[in-house]
Amino acid sequence: MNTVTDKAVRSRRALSGDVMQVFYRLLAVALLCAILATLSDVFLSANNILNVLRQTALLFLMASGLTLVILTAGLDLSVGANIALSACLAASVMKATGSPLLGVATGIGCGAMVGLANGVLVTALRIPSFIATYGMMWMLTGATYYYMAGDTIHGFPPAFRQLGSGYLLGVPTPVYVMLLFLLIGVLFAQRTIWGQQIYAIGANPVAAHLSGVPVERRLVLVYTVSGAMAGLASLIILARINSAQGDIGEDLTLPAIAAVLVGGTSLFGGSGTEVGTLIGALILTLVLNGMNLLQINSSWQPLATGLIILLAVWIDTRTRKIGE
Amino acid sequence: MIAHKLNLDSGTIARVPGVAIVLGVLCVFFGVTSPGFTTPANIANILTQSTILLLLALPMTVIIMTEGLDLSAGAVLTFASIVLAITVVTTGSAALGLLAALTAGLGFGLANGLLIAVFDIPPFITTLGTLGIAQGLSLVVTDGQSVVGIPRSIEMFYSGTAAGIPLPVIIGALAYAATHVLLYHTRFGTYVFALGGNREALKVAGISVRGMLIRVYVFGGLMAGFAALLMTARLNSAHPTAGIGMEFDAIAAVAVGGTSFERGNGWLLGTLLGVIAVGVLRNGLNLLAVPSSAQVGCIGALVIIALFIDGLRGER
Repeated sequence: MNTVTDKAVRSRRALSGDVMQVFYRLLAVALLCAILATLSDVFLSANNILNVLRQTALLFLMASGLTLVILTAGLDLSVGANIALSACLAASVMKATGSPLLGVATGIGCGAMVGLANGVLVTALRIPSFIATYGMMWMLTGATYYYMAGDTIHGFPPAFRQLGSGYLLGVPTPVYVMLLFLLIGVLFAQRTIWGQQIYAIGANPVAAHLSGVPVERRLVLVYTVSGAMAGLASLIILARINSAQGDIGEDLTLPAIAAVLVGGTSLFGGSGTEVGTLIGALILTLVLNGMNLLQINSSWQPLATGLIILLAVWIDTRTRKIGE
Repeated sequence: MIAHKLNLDSGTIARVPGVAIVLGVLCVFFGVTSPGFTTPANIANILTQSTILLLLALPMTVIIMTEGLDLSAGAVLTFASIVLAITVVTTGSAALGLLAALTAGLGFGLANGLLIAVFDIPPFITTLGTLGIAQGLSLVVTDGQSVVGIPRSIEMFYSGTAAGIPLPVIIGALAYAATHVLLYHTRFGTYVFALGGNREALKVAGISVRGMLIRVYVFGGLMAGFAALLMTARLNSAHPTAGIGMEFDAIAAVAVGGTSFERGNGWLLGTLLGVIAVGVLRNGLNLLAVPSSAQVGCIGALVIIALFIDGLRGER
């Protein structure tokens, strides 16, 4: 009984808190846009806005699966490396068979298998998630470089390329993919029992276990979903740049983590939303896009992303302390 | 409480065969498969090459014992190496260069420690953030280029010998001895065991947990500074990607060596054997002409096997 009322109270509180969180973040978006529009003539050009939307879509797809992982108080550091391997495998399958469908299946399948392996390491071997996925990251990077041996695979079927560089009604295709998965993500997290169980695991794994949540199976699920989303993201990158190389996923993990954390998902699990992650992805894209427009050397980007992560987590810890 | 925690050492000693078996199997395997492996020159080579890793793995053991982690070690090593190279090239003084590298390492160690201890940010995310910052700084300072023109005075730290023993091996032995004394024969070391094992007891005893954590990460930063000296000397240059991923080898060595990620159960000799195991693995795979990209996978497999053995023995 207690858990039911607790849950009801928590979800009501979480609701008003979530609304405020979203509000503050939209304010940050507006502020960033105002600053960038003032500093750069190009920012408001149709071309750049479409570019920002496309980048946001890509970042959101990577971050949406990761959000579920972080909701369980875990972390997936292998996202970028997973993207590299999935993209390279999908590219070579497409090159060999000429079938976009097989390519898509390979990309998502490879991503999901990697995610499944992460889930097994975390649950069956009980390795802390940040160490398991960190080790996975280096193994995937090694495997990708080994497989590609310095080669580049390029030139994919036009039908496949639509996925990354096509337009529908003047809007880039990835944006539609993003909206589709946003809808799925929100419905899954907020409206299904599995989604609620994921929140419960993050809030208190022991309590979740005692109230009958199959904790290990749900954990395997979130890592697999995170991997599958990385696989999907890899396809969009592949379709956009039309070539695959071993280093394709480099520098993608930090921004993805930053998007989730800036979006208000707590690193300590149990609170956060997919909508927040979308706004986080938008904020991060605006910052990185702005740095490009202001012609700041791209070497500053990992530094900025690192600082943003630290800032977001610091705010998270502060808020939690005040909450207690 | 603390004494009780220390008594767990008898439990960790039961792991001796684990690391030793892994190392033994690797040596026998490579001894049989690659003829050059057992030559004295190659063995000296393995020990020399392992020193840089040892300098990162020693503080990593201490950090992991406090239930922490340092993902920034490789990036800080890289940044310190660049700072060292630039200082040496502009001033010509090896001492100033080392001082600069140690300052850079100290700065990042202090930043890690403060963020973790004072701002309460979890270690893996703190050091992931500082990894990005150190990597970014390295790229910004060098504009992606190598720093070259390192004088002989630096190079000799890697290639020189004293009484026939390679200098890096001597530096590694000194670092190991110092960390051993620090961990097993000082109050600091006792508190480190308590930090991972029973933090509450430490608080109750009136010890500043924050101060301890800061010192632990500062130690890590300083050792990365020393490692930067050896790496710059070895490569005879500094490059903004040279040390990236070195922390993976260090964490792997600590894990293979039997230090647990969750209970503050650490074993320094295990780390030494773990470092040598990783060094033997890399060297042997090199002799077998396995590309370095595939070597990472082998090291990962080694860690998973080690953790699996841990799990089988019910150590968790």
